[in-house]
Amino acid sequence: MRYAEVGYNLEIDLSRGNIERVETDPKLTELHLGGLGTNAKILWDRVPPETDPFSPDNLLIFGAGLFCGTPAVGANRTIVTTYSPQTLLMGYSMMGGFFAPELKYAGYDKIIFRGKSPSLIYVYIHNDKVEIRDASHLRGKGAVETSEIIKKEVKDRNVQVSAIGLAGENRVYMASIEQGRSSASRLGLGAVMGDKGIKAIAVRGTKKDIYLARPAEFLDLCNQVLEYIKYRAENPIKNVEPIFQGLGTPQEMKIIDEKWHTTGFMWGNARTRRKDFWTKEVEEKWREVQENVRKRLISCYNCPMKCGAIISVPGLSTYMMKCYSKLTYTMAAYSDLDFGFKIAQRATEYGVDGFSTPQTMAFAIELYEAGILTDQDMAGMPADTEGRFYWLLDRIVRREGIGDILADGTYWAAKKIGKGAEVYAHNTIKKHEQLPLKLGMLNPVYFLMYCTGEKINITQIEGQFPQEPFPLREMREEFVKDWIQVPDDRFKQYFLDWEPRGEKSNPYYPTVDMAVDIVDWQEKMHYIDDALGICAGLSSFPLKPPYHIHNYPLFISAALGIDLDEEGLTRIYQRNRNLIRGINVRRGLRRADEKPPEDHWKKRFPELEEKLLDAYYQFKGWNRDGIPTQETLEQLDLGYIAEDLKQRGII
Amino acid sequence: MAKVKKKVKVIKIDLDKCNGCRACEMICSAFHASPKYASNNPARSRIQVIHDPLRDVYLPVYAGEYTAAECMGRDKYVIDGKEYSECDFCRASCPSRGAFKDPDSGLPLKCDMCEDDPQQEKPLCVQWCINEALTYEEKEEEVEEEVKPEDVEIGLKAMIDKYGKEKVIDTMARMSKKA
Repeated sequence: MRYAEVGYNLEIDLSRGNIERVETDPKLTELHLGGLGTNAKILWDRVPPETDPFSPDNLLIFGAGLFCGTPAVGANRTIVTTYSPQTLLMGYSMMGGFFAPELKYAGYDKIIFRGKSPSLIYVYIHNDKVEIRDASHLRGKGAVETSEIIKKEVKDRNVQVSAIGLAGENRVYMASIEQGRSSASRLGLGAVMGDKGIKAIAVRGTKKDIYLARPAEFLDLCNQVLEYIKYRAENPIKNVEPIFQGLGTPQEMKIIDEKWHTTGFMWGNARTRRKDFWTKEVEEKWREVQENVRKRLISCYNCPMKCGAIISVPGLSTYMMKCYSKLTYTMAAYSDLDFGFKIAQRATEYGVDGFSTPQTMAFAIELYEAGILTDQDMAGMPADTEGRFYWLLDRIVRREGIGDILADGTYWAAKKIGKGAEVYAHNTIKKHEQLPLKLGMLNPVYFLMYCTGEKINITQIEGQFPQEPFPLREMREEFVKDWIQVPDDRFKQYFLDWEPRGEKSNPYYPTVDMAVDIVDWQEKMHYIDDALGICAGLSSFPLKPPYHIHNYPLFISAALGIDLDEEGLTRIYQRNRNLIRGINVRRGLRRADEKPPEDHWKKRFPELEEKLLDAYYQFKGWNRDGIPTQETLEQLDLGYIAEDLKQRGII
Repeated sequence: MAKVKKKVKVIKIDLDKCNGCRACEMICSAFHASPKYASNNPARSRIQVIHDPLRDVYLPVYAGEYTAAECMGRDKYVIDGKEYSECDFCRASCPSRGAFKDPDSGLPLKCDMCEDDPQQEKPLCVQWCINEALTYEEKEEEVEEEVKPEDVEIGLKAMIDKYGKEKVIDTMARMSKKA
């Protein structure tokens, strides 16, 4: 009997049209849990590091988290893994929604695609029945549109569909995989899906029950989580901005007050801060816009939060939105919310990432204004900014003219354009566009997370520890009183002593060792979430979440019928962390790549930064170049990685 | 027949508060698993959230009586500009659709308000709906006394309707011989 997981993967070879249901090794669950952990293991084992992301030998893996389909609240994440065409490293992006549980109820933990289909197809999975179907009639269709057509075609509105739009079909590096109210957007995974000729995957599961080893114990833990969510709803965190007060991903669909984002984050090509932007008039106007288009606040599978919304702009087809994308287009174009909701509708149908895409368009406009891109390059572009954004979006997803160059994102586009364009591609890490955020004083904890995060996206690394010190000690004392989530009381002390100014402030406090310690905790929580498929919004991302390092071992033990303690779970985290580092090191990742955008902070401290990286690597058991040592790997049952790296002369 | 006081259990469904998470389906199937909570599969649930997100349709519906025959017509309702099929509101386990049938045996499912020993404070779907789209109340009503059929009886009646009495008796006889 397999608990929490199904114990079978679906292997689809698109070149040969072969479909197999393959039993998985339960030992791997003990070592890596599931989701991201086992996805990474498959990628390491089966895709050699020389493989081009667009090679038929590259795998595209849709993995349900270990807890998806169990009663664990908020366990609904699908972890999509492949080699990213943009970063050329391992790319993993995740989506909530309803796909992962449906896949498990159909009888599979993962779908693993290899090869390439000679023509555009979609895959229809209905329990044991799995078909590769012709999708030529879906070519060029929007992602949401595709999902609706397939639901009609299979005559089942309960089917869950993951689809790409035009961007994915045309292998645009910022192409997303859209799934109803959710998407796996970052790192260009939609491009790999398009390259393989997969327009969509539709799944319906009714036959497979998901089992728990110690059900009463597990349910008791779930009830505690629900109670804590209710408690947190009634007790928002004090002394922080509204956006940090509650659980879930930032409640962008609910909240009208956008002072924090609009005055703190940068507009244009991550360029201008508008400290005075948020006024009463703007608030009134934006309230009207948002309330007018928002039909309902919605959630993902088995989660009481309401992080997403159904958005219906008059005259445009309805779509679903989550989180921050309402502002990314708005702010990149120096426009307003009305524009944001309208262009996001088109962008969702095209299937593009809401971070990279607007930034790339703003980058193009800057290049044009600087004379680097000429009238000839931009022939036909309208004069108004909003018109320009639509024009650029249409070209990027079709790879038409200048769009073909921009479709690779700012890093690669700048290289191709030359003429000094590189300076304008100023906001990437490891070739991937980052949040449009530019700050004053270096924060040592954030420095490390930006540099070393394998997800290459700060929101998937941060959380747990406040982003800034609270001004008064009394406030800090109040905050730590019920801070049950800390792995150890020393973290409370770090926070209590952290001052906005003076000796114990950024960049030298938290000290190097403390910063490493804090980052390790935050990373640990994300790695566990991503293996279990629990949404970061109930765990690693917000302050004081219901899931934490003290109750996770109990959950996992009850689900699987094992006895796992915090130490054991920490080892699993370390194993998964080092496995992914191993994959990327084998793809060429080195210390030189681990740096934030040069202008992320105005005040930089090269000596301190070196010390931080040294200490972080040492803490992880890596050498000075960020490569795990043989000893570290062997201790974590990853001797085979050490062996491989040795053979390649990397260690 | 004598009049008796009966406790009527009411689940109030506030469609505006539903966030479409389907926790109700999940926990219903888990509660009715054996042993309790040992497994779950929303397809076995006695509540289904009829949903069509792009049309903003979210409609939790509970399984009611089994019916052997489908309706002659299918009416449509338009409420607040949203179109619903009559079937969307219907609680019956009926031949016209897959809802409210056990996915393995095809036997009809029916909401039992989580009757349990010891008594649950509220049905599980209500307990898990912390957005309060589902709320629970009890009221007393005077009704005529009736004999409530057992689960097995409901199941058997459905089998008889579907296959005929003789076939069911024959099968039962054959199965008991084997046992």
